[in-house]
Amino acid sequence: MFKLISQRVALGLLTLLLASALIFLGVEALPGDLASKLLANNATPENLAALRLELGLDRPMLVRYWEWLSHMLQGDFGASLSNKRAIIGDLGPRALNTFFLATYAAVIAVPLAVALGIIAAIRQGGIFDRLVNVVTLFSISVPEFFIGYVLVMLLAVKIRLFPVLSNVTPDTDFAQRLYLTFLPMATMVMVVVAHMMRMTRASVLAVMASPYIEMAILKGLPKWRIVVQHALPNALAPILNVVALNLAYLIVGVVVVEVVFVYPGMGQWIVDSVSKKDLPVVQACGMIFAAVFISLNILADVLAIISNPRLRHPR
Amino acid sequence: MRLFGHKLTLSAQIGLVIIAVNVVAAILAPFIAPYPEADIVGTAWGPPSAEHWFGLDNLGRDVFSRILYGARMTIGLGLLITLLAFLLGTIAGFAAAILGRWVDTVLSRLADLMLSMPTLIFALVVLSVMGTDIPVLIITVGLLYSVPVFRLARAVAMNIAVLEYVEAAKLRGEGLWWIIRREILPNALPPLVAEFGLRFCFTFLFIAALSFLGLGIQPPQADWGSMVKETGQMIALRPIALYPAGAIALLTIGVNLVVDWLLAIHSRGHGEEV
Amino acid sequence: MNDNRPHRTDGQVLRVDNLRIEVKTDAGPGPVLVDDVSFTLRKGEVLGLIGESGAGKSTIGLASMVYTRSGCYITGGKIVFLDQDLRELNGDQRRRTRGVKISYIAQSAAASFNPALTIYEQVCEVAVRHGLMSFAEAKREAVKLFRELELPNPDVFGDRYPHQVSGGQLQRAMAAMAMVAKPDLLIFDEPTTALDVTTQVEVLASFRKLIREHGTAALYITHDLAVVAQIADRIMVLRHGKMVEQGDATQILQHPTQEYTQKLVAERVAASTHEFVESDDTGEALLKIDQVSASYRTLVKVINGVTLDIRRGDTVAVVGESGSGKSTLARIVVGLLPREEGDIRFGGESLPPRLRDRSKDQLRRIQMIYQMPDVALNPQQTLLEIIGRPVSFYFNKSGDQVRQRVKELLRQIDLPESFITRRPGELSGGQKQRVSIARALAAEPELIICDEVTSALDPLVAEEILRLLKRLQDELGVAYMFITHDLGTVKRIANKVAVMLKGQLVAFGSTPKVFAPPFHPYTELLLSSVPEMRSDWLDEVLAKRRQLV
Repeated sequence: MFKLISQRVALGLLTLLLASALIFLGVEALPGDLASKLLANNATPENLAALRLELGLDRPMLVRYWEWLSHMLQGDFGASLSNKRAIIGDLGPRALNTFFLATYAAVIAVPLAVALGIIAAIRQGGIFDRLVNVVTLFSISVPEFFIGYVLVMLLAVKIRLFPVLSNVTPDTDFAQRLYLTFLPMATMVMVVVAHMMRMTRASVLAVMASPYIEMAILKGLPKWRIVVQHALPNALAPILNVVALNLAYLIVGVVVVEVVFVYPGMGQWIVDSVSKKDLPVVQACGMIFAAVFISLNILADVLAIISNPRLRHPR
Repeated sequence: MRLFGHKLTLSAQIGLVIIAVNVVAAILAPFIAPYPEADIVGTAWGPPSAEHWFGLDNLGRDVFSRILYGARMTIGLGLLITLLAFLLGTIAGFAAAILGRWVDTVLSRLADLMLSMPTLIFALVVLSVMGTDIPVLIITVGLLYSVPVFRLARAVAMNIAVLEYVEAAKLRGEGLWWIIRREILPNALPPLVAEFGLRFCFTFLFIAALSFLGLGIQPPQADWGSMVKETGQMIALRPIALYPAGAIALLTIGVNLVVDWLLAIHSRGHGEEV
Repeated sequence: MNDNRPHRTDGQVLRVDNLRIEVKTDAGPGPVLVDDVSFTLRKGEVLGLIGESGAGKSTIGLASMVYTRSGCYITGGKIVFLDQDLRELNGDQRRRTRGVKISYIAQSAAASFNPALTIYEQVCEVAVRHGLMSFAEAKREAVKLFRELELPNPDVFGDRYPHQVSGGQLQRAMAAMAMVAKPDLLIFDEPTTALDVTTQVEVLASFRKLIREHGTAALYITHDLAVVAQIADRIMVLRHGKMVEQGDATQILQHPTQEYTQKLVAERVAASTHEFVESDDTGEALLKIDQVSASYRTLVKVINGVTLDIRRGDTVAVVGESGSGKSTLARIVVGLLPREEGDIRFGGESLPPRLRDRSKDQLRRIQMIYQMPDVALNPQQTLLEIIGRPVSFYFNKSGDQVRQRVKELLRQIDLPESFITRRPGELSGGQKQRVSIARALAAEPELIICDEVTSALDPLVAEEILRLLKRLQDELGVAYMFITHDLGTVKRIANKVAVMLKGQLVAFGSTPKVFAPPFHPYTELLLSSVPEMRSDWLDEVLAKRRQLV
């Protein structure tokens, strides 16, 4: 089992490396020279050459990749093209904001979704199950920015409970932060809970259809014990997987929600930078998103390995 | 009403009607839309009236007409991307399932790599460099979405390829192409059609999200996602954003209803109702 | 019948009156699974429920615990257990009888044990959760039962997880799980069907010992008359959810009154008493397997130095238990798996090891029929396409000629010509197997490899298929290589037999010779393990084995 886990982690690290290559080389290797693209119509041979020199485009691509990667590992993400400031200075607070929001949403969404999913699976075909099915189908079918706007309309404008925009600064205290980010959090919770709940329900149902559950019923065990003792240990691996996948989804979904609420996080920054063609920032943010996403996927697989009795207790 | 030899449930019928209405609107948009899509025909944020059923948007364009044109763009683009994803995904998936271990390993590792990248971030990186032209959009998203299609097609084809009727065809000496066309494809169709529906929903939700972020369809062309972006900030004053967003939701639900029915008849097996 | 069997006729344990079970779906009422079935069961008595698939035996077994699978409903009748109609109990009261008073032993222990819990946890659970014993007491009881059931290292056996023990052991552990709370009634649902014959004997013997020593009443569900003969006091025969007849085991097995039972018994008797098919040893070999070995991604050889030959018109049975390599051998012959050593010659020429290197004619001359007719035929194609494809593929016939040929083949396999437009979903299991045969015949082969072609079918249907194969052989002179685990089939159809054990051929020759002394020890073990209808058969086998040990 240890071997399997270390293999999975090693594969994950390799994936991360490949992802970094994709992000860097993908940007560099695409047709057209970066400098001419940046300058577009203002390109004169002189300022093109100057910019190339400034960007270090005169050196081989692999060398520049290595520099980028090694600097990044030391915490140096280079400088933004638009304001010439070191990326790391802006990245820190923005990343914190984004992770704060994602954690806030996860802390509420995960227990809620798992509990709802298990209840819906146990009461399969019941009123609760059907109701939840309709509601989640609806919230999956609607784009997340729409949910955001509806929440704004209802809770910020009609009833003035929460602010329309989530203006947090580094000085905002914790309680104030929770209040200011309530609407973006609620938006993400609504989207993620729907997905996570449906997947949890499906995994629990798959386990509940096993012959050993029928056996447990025929042993006369009470329903809650069948669920807790016989179904959950086997449903744990798929549920953990569902949770990790949805957290990964959440960390990416944060991009859209940040734009809706003009929340100063990484998501809003990457979108801004894409329109400004501020490539170093896009690369840095992309790399962090990818790293979190890949780590969560590794975590999901490792948890699945650990919770498999066949691997935990080999013959 | 019957389809694929199976009775349509009420919800499937509703779903089909929703899809049909959307498709008709998309095809006939230039003929039934009262105003051109990009023309400013009144004051900005004008209220709904007999001339402008859904009111006017942030620039004073007719919202109803833009929704019709938006259907064209949103559905057309969604279909085109989904088709591309399926073309690549099913060919690669069937190849991985049938051509043997080596091909399978290479393609599957590649797919794992692609899946380990967050889709939206990948798209953002590519679009930041390549710009937001529609062909770039189609290729980028089509490529990204061909990966899940590949996985499904591979799994479905593998499940069928180990069945004895396929083995019987191999033993008879049938060629690969015949086996794929006559033995595997007909049996793989129902799950693939269902996936096509779901993938189509994902695609146009994704395009809508990109447009909303300002990186998808560029103004003045209408598409539902960018319409939500243009009118969303004023949602409290004029809830115009509800129309395009509602259209997105309605079409997604319609497709989902039909997909649920397709999956249900597939899991019940073949020939039962014949 | 065996008279030393304890008969306690006092005290009725279970009485089922006019039981009716139906399927109900969202679309409306479905088929009736069990219709007007009644029986009683006394303390210490074993009632055997016999029937083919779809007879409703398992449904009745589960209904005795007032449990039905999803979509099925008990719609009529009484289930009186110890003077209490279980149908009148509420959910909680029903639950309190399950596992404690009535317990269940399923067909597949591998699926019925929870992979995440140890065997102890699952065996003791019933007694502990119903408040009958503390965990320590239950554990002592479990160890006692493990010992009675002759499980290895009974003291620590329960510490293991289900996937860590063998199938036969797990099946016995399930009996311990059922017995730990000392129930009044045990329900055995085909508990030995998934096991190999040699394992089946041991498991059957320990079940019987358990029932007798504890004096528990039992419902024993099986499709195998010979198995039920060893364990049941009375037998009830079911068909399509209705009772055909019931009575004393001896009466049912020796003097059945109903035609259906007579057929079932006759089929089983024929299987065990059939005259061996004699064969003359002349003629050239059609297929010569010469010192063939193969191993796949492991160092252990799956097939090791196998040599045998098949002549025109021969039926060579290849027998062995699961894992013996018999199916692998078939796959090597047809070229699905390449051989690593040795040679296979067909009609004088050496066959290339790999399928893709064989000529169209080489492929045509060897055809294969499979075990599961459900997956052997493409559900999307009509019989015209299925049977017609080999005709057009090998013989380049026109559409009209193909249609004529398919009709001719349908006649040959006793199916109406009108079936030509049907798809497999519209056929019964036996009919599908006939279509598989027709597809093989369409290629006009010289050798047909039959891979367990009757084991997924009910006995009477299987017998028809065997008769059809025999008739076709007489008409067409085709040779069969018959892969099977069922020695009854071998006796009936094969003039030669090859016995395989762990990838090696332990015996090969004409059936009468191989199945007569002097035996190879494994052949003898295999032969002695095939249940016979005599009720003292199990005792004899056990006595014989004890002598050997």
